[in-house]
Amino acid sequence: MSLAEARQARTSARNGWLLSAPALVILTIAAIGPLLIVLVYSFLTPGDYGNVVWEFSWNGWKSVFVEEDIFEGTLSLADAHLTIFWRSLSLSILTTVLTFIVGFPTAWWIATKPPKARAFWLFLITLPFWTNILVRTFAINQIIRNEGVLNSLLIWAGVIDAPIQLTYTPTALLIGMVYVYLPLMVLPLYAAIDRFDMRLLEAGYDLYASRWQVLRRIILPIVKPGIIAGSILVLVPCLGAYVTPRILGGGKMMMLGNFIELQFGQGRNWPLGAALSILLLVIVTVALLFYVRALNGEKRNG
Amino acid sequence: MADVTIEARNTIKAFGQGTQAVRALDDVSIQINRGEFFTLLGPSGCGKTTLLRLIAGFEMPTSGQILLDGIDITDLPPNRRPVNTVFQSYALFPHLTVAENVGFGLTMQGRPKAEVADSVARMLALVKLEAMANRKTSQLSGGQQQRVALARALAPKPKVLLLDEPLSALDLKLRKEMQVELKRLQTETGITFILVTHDQEEALTMSDRIGVMSAGKLQQVGSPKDIYTRPVNRFVASFIGETNFLPAMGVAGGAKLGCGAVVDGVAAQGAVTLTIRPEQVRLTAADEPGAIPATVTLLVYFGTDTHVHLALPDGASVVARVQSPATGEAGLAQGQQVGLRFAPGAVQVLED
Amino acid sequence: MAEKFAVTRLPGFTTIAVVAFVALYAPILTLVAYSFNASESAAAWTGFSLDWYRLAFQNDEVKNAALNSLIVAAFAALISTTVATLAALGTTRRAAFRGQTAIYAVINQPLMVPEIVTAVALLIFFSSVKLATGYTGLGYLILAHAAFCIPFAYLPIRARLEGMDLTLETAASDLYASSWQTFRHVTLPLLMPGVLAGAMLAFVTSLDDVVITEFIKSPGQDTLPTYMLGQLRRQMKPDVNALSALLLAVTLLLLAGVYLLTRKRAD
Repeated sequence: MSLAEARQARTSARNGWLLSAPALVILTIAAIGPLLIVLVYSFLTPGDYGNVVWEFSWNGWKSVFVEEDIFEGTLSLADAHLTIFWRSLSLSILTTVLTFIVGFPTAWWIATKPPKARAFWLFLITLPFWTNILVRTFAINQIIRNEGVLNSLLIWAGVIDAPIQLTYTPTALLIGMVYVYLPLMVLPLYAAIDRFDMRLLEAGYDLYASRWQVLRRIILPIVKPGIIAGSILVLVPCLGAYVTPRILGGGKMMMLGNFIELQFGQGRNWPLGAALSILLLVIVTVALLFYVRALNGEKRNG
Repeated sequence: MADVTIEARNTIKAFGQGTQAVRALDDVSIQINRGEFFTLLGPSGCGKTTLLRLIAGFEMPTSGQILLDGIDITDLPPNRRPVNTVFQSYALFPHLTVAENVGFGLTMQGRPKAEVADSVARMLALVKLEAMANRKTSQLSGGQQQRVALARALAPKPKVLLLDEPLSALDLKLRKEMQVELKRLQTETGITFILVTHDQEEALTMSDRIGVMSAGKLQQVGSPKDIYTRPVNRFVASFIGETNFLPAMGVAGGAKLGCGAVVDGVAAQGAVTLTIRPEQVRLTAADEPGAIPATVTLLVYFGTDTHVHLALPDGASVVARVQSPATGEAGLAQGQQVGLRFAPGAVQVLED
Repeated sequence: MAEKFAVTRLPGFTTIAVVAFVALYAPILTLVAYSFNASESAAAWTGFSLDWYRLAFQNDEVKNAALNSLIVAAFAALISTTVATLAALGTTRRAAFRGQTAIYAVINQPLMVPEIVTAVALLIFFSSVKLATGYTGLGYLILAHAAFCIPFAYLPIRARLEGMDLTLETAASDLYASSWQTFRHVTLPLLMPGVLAGAMLAFVTSLDDVVITEFIKSPGQDTLPTYMLGQLRRQMKPDVNALSALLLAVTLLLLAGVYLLTRKRAD
């Protein structure tokens, strides 16, 4: 490299950093930096009226998993906490599976439409994606609550006599989460299917594959990166869901997000809330790392 | 002595670093004269576009210098070089009209509006696009876009116009028209044109001089006729036009082919390669004295011409181009025995 | 066999897709319909009425919340789009440089961290700042929104830049334009649709936020979504439906704008 070329490369890199600097500063102050404070707070002592006292303590992290009986001084597993963890995890995974079962055929159907129609149907998927999560949760709640459209319709049709109690049940939560997060599954699946070479299907059928074999042996392996991306996009916000369980669970069906909020509200245990937040962050990071690894593996194989 | 406009001195351009570095230009020196139509010809990746970009100032050489009228401009950014480019993709600004595109250079130089308008009108007249002045460039056909690109590059009256494969996006008929058009523009404006192309026919028909490049090196510089009839090496001979190569040994008064026949009138020493164009190979009767005996192995019909593939007694192959026989006239047949002669002075000796 | 064999058809897929679209839109359309319902009960349709919209607009709390929402979204969109445009110019179309991956990671961080975690972090951080400075204005909301809107503004701008023909700028510099002139007369005009699309997406993202706003707002500092969430604690009221329908309309308008700006020219 000549001096002039080296100078050019250095200038280019310096300009890259300079131009990115304002965005980096804002994100450091209002997104990344505060995460470190959360980590610190998880090792402090809760204050009497919320906030913290600046004394080191393991209690925040301890009380994530165990409960201390104040009178007997014994430790036991925090059953209530574990129930919430389990609910968060199982509902998130179930939501991911269900959105895939509904989302894959939907994405496939859009991708096999003529190009002009495709843009329209895709827009219909992106519209809910950008719509306020609160609005969408209200909308589904209107349908499934006791006096809601679904029950009214079923009673009118004579299928049932009394309304089915869905509100504040895990089923309601599941329906709501699938409804809210479905677009996040469809979009990456569509992107993957859109790149899929449909002539491979002709080749598959030509070589005596049945429809099921074509789906199982040709389509699914090739669109796997889209499946992984969609699953991560649904799983991650599900694990941290707050709005949907709050409205549809009505305080009874708490998920991790609501439990964290509780510690900063009535619970007045900021260190526990901080520890739970870090725990959630770690789980999400592990999921993302899994995603990156799976994608890299895919690249090596392909 | 010729009046030199652009000169490249020992320019090297390497891409990548360390052991992975590739030399796109490997110590190239060249002088291009004022008012000349000069063509850089070579296969893709030979370094011709890199040399053009160094002259334009889009790239900096790893070492070496670029001179314009004897002044070192190596470190001058492109916007301060009186050199303009016609890009392969035309690179017309899609958000500006035809007139705004043509006037862009002058506007950037801060010329008064009236002067810009005047110059734009003259340029559009020159490329016969007066009626299109207020159109958006996306509304033009490929050939019209090409003309706008030319007018835009010529408007600031550069000392040198660089053309990077400007005709490659056009269909054959339009390309032929534009070749004539380019030649006319060059004559009318008197500006030095440097054209980059991989199309040998384009190079031969338009240029005053051609520089043939390969693997980052300049192989030969000369007039089209020089390059075609006196190629200096195997690469130049095979890249421009079709040709035959025959291994031979230098003997007194000529060169001896593998089959034992001696080609007269060539000066050669030791092992050499002879080259001869197919149209310079003459076919005769098999028994004509002095002719090299050969067998017809394949006939390929090209319309006016027919390519006759021939095998010499030692297995070496030669292609001859002959006029196709007239209707009803009996032509050659596969397997037929013929004799062949090389036109006097047409055989070149290549020292590999 | 009566039916033609279509290679791309898979059994049941069309049914599922149609059901999915109906399920996706029926609740939203029902919600919009009930916002025009004369009756307070959501169960029965008793006639068309704009009462709930009138009620919502007469409510000072709603007006205040709507104003807060607009101020925060406008400033957040302005700030995030400006810095995202600069960042996009800094990270695309130049030779890869040391730290580029780190810059990408930081810019996309808000997409990877659950909202609730960011909300908690900002609650802790801002409550200390509020205590220390005594300032409790909208600045916190604007700063937080600007930060999480950055990736949403960045993506369309970057996409536009990457799709842009680099030779156009080379051509400008060949035609005597200085770096600034090239940016001003070529890069920026061509980038503008991407910038506008980015600004609109940032605006929608800010307008939609519930969780982070709910955690960091000062008392009495509701935005429309947090006001609606607060209303829900009591009784589901049709005026919330009306507000939902309005938010939906704003989203639809802005998205249509983005769609028009980013679609490929058919020439």
